[in-house]
Amino acid sequence: MISPALGFAARYFAGLVAAAVFLSTGCAGPQSALQPSGAAAREVAYLWWAMFWAGTAIFLLVLGLLLYASFQAPERRWRIAPVKMIVAGGVVLPIVALSILLVFGLRAGSGVSADLPENAISIRVTAHQWWWDIEYVDHRDPSRNFTTANELYLPVNQPVELLMTSSDVIHSLWLPRLAGKLDLIPSQTNRLVIEAEEPGVFRGQCAEFCGLAHAQMAFYAVAVPQEKFEAWAERQRSPATPPETRAVHAGKDAFDASGCVVCHTVRGGGAWGTEGPDLTHLGSRLTIAAGTFDNTRENVAAWIARNDDMKPGNKMPEFPHLDRETRLSIAAYLESLQ
Amino acid sequence: MNDAAEKFRSPLAAEVVGPEAEAQFERVWEKPSGWRRISAVNNSVIGRRFILTTFMFFLAGGVLALLIRTQLIVPENDLLSTEVYNQFFTMHGTTMMFLFAVPMMEAFGVYLIPSMIGTRDLCFPRLSAFGYWCFLFGGLLLYSSFLIGSAPDGGWFMYVPLTTKEFSPGINQDFWLLGVTFVEIASITGALELIVTILRMRAPGMSLHRMAIFAWYMLAVSFMIIFGFPPLILASILLEAERAFGIPFYDVTRGGDPLLWQHLFWIFGHPEVYIIFLPAAGLVSAMLPTLSRGPLVGYSLLVLAVVGTAFLSFGLWVHHMYATGIPRLALSFFAGASLAVSIPSGIQVFAWIATLWEGRPLLRTPLLFVIGFIIIFVIGGLTGVMVAMVPFDWQVHDTYFVVAHFHYVLIGGMVFPLFAALFFYLPRATGRMLSETMGKISFWMLFIGFNVSFFPMHLTGLLGMPRRVYTYPAGLGWDWLNLTSTLGAYMFAAGAVVFVVNVFWHVRWGEPAGDNPWEAGGLEWANPSPIPPYNIRSIPRVTSYNPLWDQPGLHDRIESAREYLPTATEGKREVLATSVVGAAPEYVLRLPSPSFVPLLAALATAATFIGFLISKYWIAAAGAATFLLILLFWLWEEPHEKHEKYVGNGLTLPIGSGSTGAHDWLGCLIFIFVDGAVFASLVYAYFYLWTSAAVWPPPGFAPETGTSAIIVLALTVLSLIVVGLTHWAASHHNRRGILLGLFLSLPVLGGLAYALFAAWGELPFNLKSHAYGALVVFIGGYFALHVLLSLCSALFSLARFFIGGAVPHKDVSALVFTQLSLYSAVVGLVAFAVIYLSPTAFG
Repeated sequence: MISPALGFAARYFAGLVAAAVFLSTGCAGPQSALQPSGAAAREVAYLWWAMFWAGTAIFLLVLGLLLYASFQAPERRWRIAPVKMIVAGGVVLPIVALSILLVFGLRAGSGVSADLPENAISIRVTAHQWWWDIEYVDHRDPSRNFTTANELYLPVNQPVELLMTSSDVIHSLWLPRLAGKLDLIPSQTNRLVIEAEEPGVFRGQCAEFCGLAHAQMAFYAVAVPQEKFEAWAERQRSPATPPETRAVHAGKDAFDASGCVVCHTVRGGGAWGTEGPDLTHLGSRLTIAAGTFDNTRENVAAWIARNDDMKPGNKMPEFPHLDRETRLSIAAYLESLQ
Repeated sequence: MNDAAEKFRSPLAAEVVGPEAEAQFERVWEKPSGWRRISAVNNSVIGRRFILTTFMFFLAGGVLALLIRTQLIVPENDLLSTEVYNQFFTMHGTTMMFLFAVPMMEAFGVYLIPSMIGTRDLCFPRLSAFGYWCFLFGGLLLYSSFLIGSAPDGGWFMYVPLTTKEFSPGINQDFWLLGVTFVEIASITGALELIVTILRMRAPGMSLHRMAIFAWYMLAVSFMIIFGFPPLILASILLEAERAFGIPFYDVTRGGDPLLWQHLFWIFGHPEVYIIFLPAAGLVSAMLPTLSRGPLVGYSLLVLAVVGTAFLSFGLWVHHMYATGIPRLALSFFAGASLAVSIPSGIQVFAWIATLWEGRPLLRTPLLFVIGFIIIFVIGGLTGVMVAMVPFDWQVHDTYFVVAHFHYVLIGGMVFPLFAALFFYLPRATGRMLSETMGKISFWMLFIGFNVSFFPMHLTGLLGMPRRVYTYPAGLGWDWLNLTSTLGAYMFAAGAVVFVVNVFWHVRWGEPAGDNPWEAGGLEWANPSPIPPYNIRSIPRVTSYNPLWDQPGLHDRIESAREYLPTATEGKREVLATSVVGAAPEYVLRLPSPSFVPLLAALATAATFIGFLISKYWIAAAGAATFLLILLFWLWEEPHEKHEKYVGNGLTLPIGSGSTGAHDWLGCLIFIFVDGAVFASLVYAYFYLWTSAAVWPPPGFAPETGTSAIIVLALTVLSLIVVGLTHWAASHHNRRGILLGLFLSLPVLGGLAYALFAAWGELPFNLKSHAYGALVVFIGGYFALHVLLSLCSALFSLARFFIGGAVPHKDVSALVFTQLSLYSAVVGLVAFAVIYLSPTAFG
């Protein structure tokens, strides 16, 4: 009985050490506001560290005075003028500290609502319970617009505007490594400008409680160099790849026959439903179910049969009557949609 | 009153109370026993019940917290399903806010304020009992939702549209809206009578500048409740109307706006935070002089800080809404105001440190809790300044950083002072001391457990973990932080268990406390422990802030019944009513004896709420009608058998008062404040939706200023004249004038009600088609309700004078009528301006 407990304690201790090391390496993490990769997030991270050190200093000062006043023998204390002390600590100190802070704080973060040149990339994000509909907008030629879901591609070092709204309840889009969050509210469009300063894959998540699957309403932002972005956009714009092998063909037939087309769109694949995410290029995405599972054939096949176990509350029906083989072939078809 | 003031200055002379008079006094104040206990109304019984009940809810909310923490102990845990988790975190927040923190602090007010200001009870004892029953029934109603597995699951903030019928079709949110509104009745009744008690019932000589500091805190907090709770009550009524009847207020497809809910919620919600913190800070300010064996430093600065916080707290609500897309300039204003509120908090912290510095601290358990409180609260205050910064808040809003922040402020700012106060004041109730050893063990477990649990959450939030998620994937750097937080929570819970064991232990085995075990200076210790039901044997004249320290022999004179009102020879419970500023004695205030009326009234109210909950509206209507009948019976009182009485020490005072400023008149005025805040919220909703609408009123909706509208306006003006006449007569105690005014008002108000009904029929729209129409009908309906209320009040006053044998200088019913109908007429004029004039004036 002792050894498992010991093992647990050892692992826990190791974890604490790891956490300490982790702290000293700059609070990194795929969703960490303290590992910024965008201008807005970086300004806030600076603001945080400034406030952290100033706050620590003020805390230590107050703690010192409090402990001294409580524990030093009364006859050995310095004499003070009590009212002056209250005014100095309670009025002067906050006014000075807060005035400095206000100047810094008002300057930070203004980039998230900056004006952009007309040809800047615009992305319309519409939140649904519990996934993100993402439409890239070409202001000059609307026929070049295209829709994807749950994955934001961004060109590096180029500010991009997100025009965000919701089709049902209030959600909040948050990509901590790039910028702060902004709510998506029905009948209102909120605008957020983000910019990635380095290539990478950044995790984001819905931050406003939106019901049953709120915890599993994530997404990824993929920042790539400009030319890669153009290539990606060009492919997303094009219709779905027609099936090439017999297996994929069988998968498409099963997809069409099983009712998937009622809710999903596959441009050029004969599916025009709009209840669920656009699947035209599902195969090119990293995850399924709004950033919840890796996009593998096994996961897609499992999702079709028992998605309510995997992401409780989600609105897609389950198809338990489809046998494993059929589901795998549908998954193969979706995988082919690169 | 000049006479009374003259006599008040005469030297005090000792008079002896005989054993018979002593026995009669005890009998008059005796608590009812056996099953009749439920008829008890006095504050020591109600206050204790209140504290015990809220503590039970605290434990229930704590169990929910432990289940939440256990679910989060490892990533992808499947202990709780998402449905259950959402119900648990909603009920955890709802319980801690509405069933624990606010009522617990008010319960301390109910229990301690009368004895701190040297009187025997609150001014409306039956209202205290009614409030308690409403609280209990409302809390049970909320928790009964677990029995059918449909507890509220929209979060304690209940944001629409998630909580509208479309996205929450079940009964869950209805439990919240109705249960919380029911519970809020208790908060408001408590606040109302604390205000009147503090303003009108302080011991002679306890002028405002030497009033017990806790009374200042509770006075400010009570006013905050009076103005802060109505916006949420209104928002809940509107949401329930939308859910139950499809009347649109928040629905975007019919002119509503989901952000309207957020504004109304946070106009309540931000003052709420200070409504919780200030009383706890007040308890610290009250205990600290005793615990540091010296005077309270910076009394006037503290009072200033408290009043300043109360005002500022109403200008901060938007800092909960930084991420909703409000323009940056507006946000900067609220950021500035949010930073400013740290100044009064800073003043308090440094006043406490200075008090300790100047004294000789008594290092026992209550002081440890106070020191722990200051440490934790300062950290919470510093992170509060951080989240007030708009760009930083965009990152940490709705993350575990904010969870850490407000638990530092609320557990640090309220629960630690609560444990200090329980440790300090329980001996007063039980006559025994708690164990110092167990006290210290519990303190260290709570203090360390709290920090282990909540400090890491700052980092958890910065690393990106949002709030209100029932699970999280591994590999994001959150695993060990969550494990640590959960282990800390278990330690905190174990500390709370040690505290509870200590409480059970001390009732039986604790050292006898004797009189004034902490050698305190305040009047709340001027009696033996456990405290008798009348709180104080005789009502003293006070000449200092710490009367028991500075007025030698006062304790004995109070105890041996040698101060004011030492007897109850007419068999009535009596206290002194004193002037607002200087606390000069004005009249003898008679308090009611134990009564079942409050319980029956609360049961009728419960029927109304349950009727709404189960959509059986005839039950709701029957409950409301029963409540109205009980209320008339409640307000009816027998005229006093004599006009004045000798209260001891050479002072004779009138019994009761029929003038403006009398305690019952003041109570009605405070009620009108509450009512006015509801109306102001309604008008706010109208103008808020206007600002977010393209066209207002929507095409075809604008009502014409037709004949009935003009008649309504004319009759409203006419009612003002009649009210003026009645008021003149009533303030001159002129019986004929009063009767004339009351009779004249009947046709005017009756006609007004009829004309309003006719004007309603002429409205050119359907109630359910647009939020504009819904608000117009609600504003008009609110006016109509007040016309009917004024009519009831006129009839009641007439009955008092004809059947009840009331005499004008002893009865305020006519003045209450003029108050109500004046308010109603003002509502009418505002409603007319809003509905008929504003679209052309601003449109």
